[in-house]
Amino acid sequence: MRAPAIALFITCLLAGGAAAQRPDTCDVPGYLLFDDNELSRVATAVKEKQQLDIAIIGTGSSTLAGPEGKAYPARLEAALNAQLPNVAVHVTVHAAPRQTAAKMWEDLQKIVSEQKPALLVWQTGTVDAMRGIEPDEFGSILNTAVEKIQAAGTDVVLMNMQYSPRTETMIAVGPYAENMRWVSQQRKIPLFDRLGIMRHWSDTGVFDFYTPTKAFGVAQKVHECIGRALATQIIDAAQLGPMTAKVAQ
Amino acid sequence: MNRVRQQLATAEPAAFTESGPPSLAESPPAGKVASIPPAPPSKRDLRLDLFRGLALWLIFLDHIPTNIVSWITIRNYGFSDATEIFIFISGFTAAFVYGNAMNERGFLVAGARILRRAWQIYVAHVFLFAIYMAEIAYVASSFENPLYAEEMGALDFLKQPDVTIIQALLLKFKPVNMDVLPLYIVLLLLFPPILWLLLRRPTLALSASVVLYAASWEFGWNLQAYPSGTWLFNPFAWQLLFVFGAWCAMGGAERLSGVLRSRITLAVAVAYLVFAFLITMTWHVPVLGQFVPERLASLIYPIDKTNLDVLRFAHFLALGVLIVWFIPRHWSGLQWPIFRPAIWCGQHSLEIFCLGVFLAFAAHFIMGEISAGVLMQVAVSIAGVAIMIAAAGLLVWYKSIEGRNPGSRTKSTDADLAGGEA
Repeated sequence: MRAPAIALFITCLLAGGAAAQRPDTCDVPGYLLFDDNELSRVATAVKEKQQLDIAIIGTGSSTLAGPEGKAYPARLEAALNAQLPNVAVHVTVHAAPRQTAAKMWEDLQKIVSEQKPALLVWQTGTVDAMRGIEPDEFGSILNTAVEKIQAAGTDVVLMNMQYSPRTETMIAVGPYAENMRWVSQQRKIPLFDRLGIMRHWSDTGVFDFYTPTKAFGVAQKVHECIGRALATQIIDAAQLGPMTAKVAQ
Repeated sequence: MNRVRQQLATAEPAAFTESGPPSLAESPPAGKVASIPPAPPSKRDLRLDLFRGLALWLIFLDHIPTNIVSWITIRNYGFSDATEIFIFISGFTAAFVYGNAMNERGFLVAGARILRRAWQIYVAHVFLFAIYMAEIAYVASSFENPLYAEEMGALDFLKQPDVTIIQALLLKFKPVNMDVLPLYIVLLLLFPPILWLLLRRPTLALSASVVLYAASWEFGWNLQAYPSGTWLFNPFAWQLLFVFGAWCAMGGAERLSGVLRSRITLAVAVAYLVFAFLITMTWHVPVLGQFVPERLASLIYPIDKTNLDVLRFAHFLALGVLIVWFIPRHWSGLQWPIFRPAIWCGQHSLEIFCLGVFLAFAAHFIMGEISAGVLMQVAVSIAGVAIMIAAAGLLVWYKSIEGRNPGSRTKSTDADLAGGEA
């Protein structure tokens, strides 16, 4: 009696693993992408000037080794250009490895004042978590910085860290992700919840983030999906497209 | 005075022998003990063991990254989590055990025992660190993915093992999930003078603790960590819970009993727990966040775990009120076999805590190597708790065979009790 039960249990376990099929779409459920926060400067720039300048500031995970144009900033530009055919979309990237939010804020003031982008996408959190910066301090720097950037006439989207299951016991991202959500609520700006989205892809078997690989294929696909999802979020928050916009092809 | 000493000397070892939990009815009225000098109660409260055991299970479940079972843990339904329960009960039992020792044998002996206990915990921490290093070294050599070039930088400390190991030995380098034991060590190192004061002027000791807590907020005191930042659990803030637990053990609980039994207190506690529950729901379902008034949000956020936010402390107190109200100390249900596994775990908290940290690493490893599916998450959670129970059962059994050895019994049980249970 007991042996069949154990066999059934093991079968279930294996089935759990095998359920990780890999469909080619990387749909993101609406609750992970959409909220009530608006990107009014983006809307104005698009409607009045048919032009959209986006600055992305971030760290290593805003770049990708290998051929050019495969990281999410370039994919975002491509996706926005495809979805907003009459708008000139330009994305500039200021990514440098191992930068904390405090360090990026020093560089940001110059970027915002000189370039005056309609939108700043600020990818952060990972390095602060790795360095063990006090989460509170991280949150309050971010809050102050975003407030000043908004006052300078630029919309902001915060992007949190990647879901990285293999390093979960080495980097405690939780408190930093919570602080970023808090800042996004305080400042009424969209949060691109990369952590939640990638975890969703992992849970539903869209991507396998556990298996080691040297190839760039999976990483490029992930960046492609992130770029598209971010484009969808921006279009929704700036109310530029039909509500039905989806991340899927 | 003599009478008190006698009671303390005789009542205590019986509380842990295998002949089943002691009959709580035997204990003398607490009032008599407390009336002379403020002295610890003479019988261990099984509720402490039960809830510390449960807290250890919850800490284990929360330590497994991406674990669906961790949805049952209290951190998802209120501000405080199992850490508060663990630290409070640890303070309570430390005062209980070493308070007796200090009354009986004096400051020097009790102080020395406390320091020996701190040393044991330090050794346990270093042991866990070795296991952690093994896991990290394995991941560093076997895992690769261009997507995670940045995250793998977290392993850079392996390139400087000399610095890393020394910083770990200095308790400055504390890997994820390994912050509780260093906190515990610091709290115990500071405990002898606190206990001395608690035995004489308990209210003054508690006041000093509150002042230190307030000062750490006001002046931003915390210990430095390596490579940067500060301790995840600020000892200057978290000592409040530990000392509060100790104060409760020193007759504070009796002094509070009037307040605790009041219906108004219960109503306030329930209202606060409901409030905390509703607020935490807005974290899980961000859409609900719009119903939190802005003024309230800017008042309560961020809820600071590092410095033991007042909201967290209050949430723990409210939970405590509820437990004291609905589970009386002499409740017969505490003897039910169903609670025995948790009580065993709570009675061997250091061993089971360390085992839990190790099992969480192991669970993460298994999920990485085999499958991280929901079924696997459930399987490793159940298996982990089962292993913790089995280990605690084994420790209880060891204690029972030691107890049967007539020559060593009194001495070894007593020493073990003082060293092994706080």
